[in-house]
Amino acid sequence: MSELKLNPYFGQYGGMFVPQLLVPALKQLEQAFVDALQDPAFDAEFQQLLTEYAGRPTPLTLCRNLSPNPLVKIYMKREDLLHGGAHKTNQVLGQALLTKRMGKTEVIAETGAGQHGVATALACALLGLKCRIYMGAKDIERQQPNVFRMKLMGATVIPVTAGSGTLKDAVNEAMRDWSASYATSHYMLGTAAGPHPFPTIVREFQKMIGEEAKQQILKAEGKLPDAVIACVGGGSNAIGIFADFIKEEGVRLIGVEPGGKGINTHQHGAALSTGSYGILHGAFTAIMQTSDGQIEESYSVSAGLDYPAVGPQHTHLQQTGRAEYVAINDDEALAAFQHLAKAEGIIPALESSHALAHALKMAKEATEPMVLLVNLSGRGDKDLSHVHSILAEQATDNAKTSNEGAH
Amino acid sequence: MQRYQQMFNRLKTEQRGAFVPFVTVGDPGPELSFDIIKTLIDGGADALELGIPFSDPIADGPTIQNANLRAMAAGVTPAMCFDIIRKIREYNADIPIGLLLYSNLVMARGLDNFYSQAAAAGVDSVLIADVPLHESKMFRQAAMAHDIAPIFIVPPNVDDDDLRAIASYGRGYTYLLSRAGVTGTETQAAMPTAELIARIRAYNPAPPLLGFGISTPAHVKDAIANGAAGAICGSAIVKILEQNLGQPAKLLSELKQFILQMKAAT
Repeated sequence: MSELKLNPYFGQYGGMFVPQLLVPALKQLEQAFVDALQDPAFDAEFQQLLTEYAGRPTPLTLCRNLSPNPLVKIYMKREDLLHGGAHKTNQVLGQALLTKRMGKTEVIAETGAGQHGVATALACALLGLKCRIYMGAKDIERQQPNVFRMKLMGATVIPVTAGSGTLKDAVNEAMRDWSASYATSHYMLGTAAGPHPFPTIVREFQKMIGEEAKQQILKAEGKLPDAVIACVGGGSNAIGIFADFIKEEGVRLIGVEPGGKGINTHQHGAALSTGSYGILHGAFTAIMQTSDGQIEESYSVSAGLDYPAVGPQHTHLQQTGRAEYVAINDDEALAAFQHLAKAEGIIPALESSHALAHALKMAKEATEPMVLLVNLSGRGDKDLSHVHSILAEQATDNAKTSNEGAH
Repeated sequence: MQRYQQMFNRLKTEQRGAFVPFVTVGDPGPELSFDIIKTLIDGGADALELGIPFSDPIADGPTIQNANLRAMAAGVTPAMCFDIIRKIREYNADIPIGLLLYSNLVMARGLDNFYSQAAAAGVDSVLIADVPLHESKMFRQAAMAHDIAPIFIVPPNVDDDDLRAIASYGRGYTYLLSRAGVTGTETQAAMPTAELIARIRAYNPAPPLLGFGISTPAHVKDAIANGAAGAICGSAIVKILEQNLGQPAKLLSELKQFILQMKAAT
């Protein structure tokens, strides 16, 4: 068997656990990626798209009112201002260029909340690629506006009814499609997970988040931040902002997983917090599973973090102690969502609200000056109706409780 | 794993090819599953290919996905599957039994433990659908340590380097894919040419059995005529199960008829 060009492992995590049939497609992708990185024309085109189409660099905003502690400054990297509304746009532009480089004309993608689907659809519309997006039937119901966005931009959205009808099943279905269509189609995986070379490609196409933020915060503060904080579902926005700080040993890297209804319940998506390792979707990494090795359903109020595994580099960063991973539950994330809206006039994505909630916790506990950098990975427009109905429900429950109390 | 060699020797004397049916162990429930596998043997199966139910079978089309779901819904665990396989081995001492499953089920039990349990249940070979050559080292070493044949897949897009590696690492038989895609009768087998099979055989791998989309006696006949050592049929069999849920007698009699016809084509 021919050798790979890049190391498929991060420590002992990662790898390429796919049917033999898909190995040539992954090798072709790896080769195209390695060639592209050495081609100044590729970089020029990617940079041009990022600047002129997507709106990079994104700003770094110092929160005026959010921090509960005068000792603590909270900076936000504003990926919410990127075209498409989240960091997802960065890497799909890179992968779309790779697709063309490989001479492929079609793109397959999976999506949970629909953010990666929307990003894929916009990149494909821009670059003239035909695209089909697998989405869990349940998610299609929950995320109608994003389904409409994808369709407006010319994508075909294919409902997945198998299994739980959510992101995990959409990934399964996309991989099944790819194993029949790899000759003409590229699988545009949406996060820094999956088989090699996806975790490496997605990190390389997201790492500008951290590179920009580092320069911006050095300019603003004259020093590096004390901690970089990002939410982790599959882990693409987190690895994007972490990558350039990994070598800066003095900077704490903190990934925030979805604690759902609590990590002691089964209703969460905090794979790294469970300490259980196995193989899902092509990589050996932290996963949520039964003792028999069956994959468990994950849960989070935020669809974009609702995934029972995590990218293998995060598992490695946790094992080596270079990064810390914590969990924030639904209620804490919902509180941070509202807090940022009121304090700064910014409505964050529910995903990013998890990172903010942890920053707020750290700020409250701080006893000495501290500078925190939070990746505000996306904006909250997509979450408005969901949060609206949750808050309405809570209001009804509260009214009921106080009425009962009156009797 | 010597049972494969004995089977191929016998078939050589008979001048016939192998017919290898696949079902998911525990589908649609543990008791009926035993009768189903027994029927495969009674109908003339030369070897068995058995799946262990998994939550996320990415190499399978809808028919076998549903078989996995039915078995899991019936509460079937890998430990129960090993019990059923042990009973099958008691029923027939000679038939080669192969497992076809996904890597996380192996990882969860620990490699050595998994292969040791499989050997104790009477398993002859293990094919892990999501472990390609690049990741196969620890799996094939654990398999060989327990006298279990590691099975490798030869896809239609195989290159010479991979053929060389498969010939060197594989034992028992070689799983030749008739086409790209996932399991299922939705897409029929695209018969590999006699030239392709001759090219593969030139590397002298374990005898190649053709699978994916094999659903009629004609497919079996063509596979053998083009140089395969036999054919593997899964989804077409699982469909008979699916169409006769709740009617076990009818299920078993239709199943037996189908197996007899498929074997007759070898």
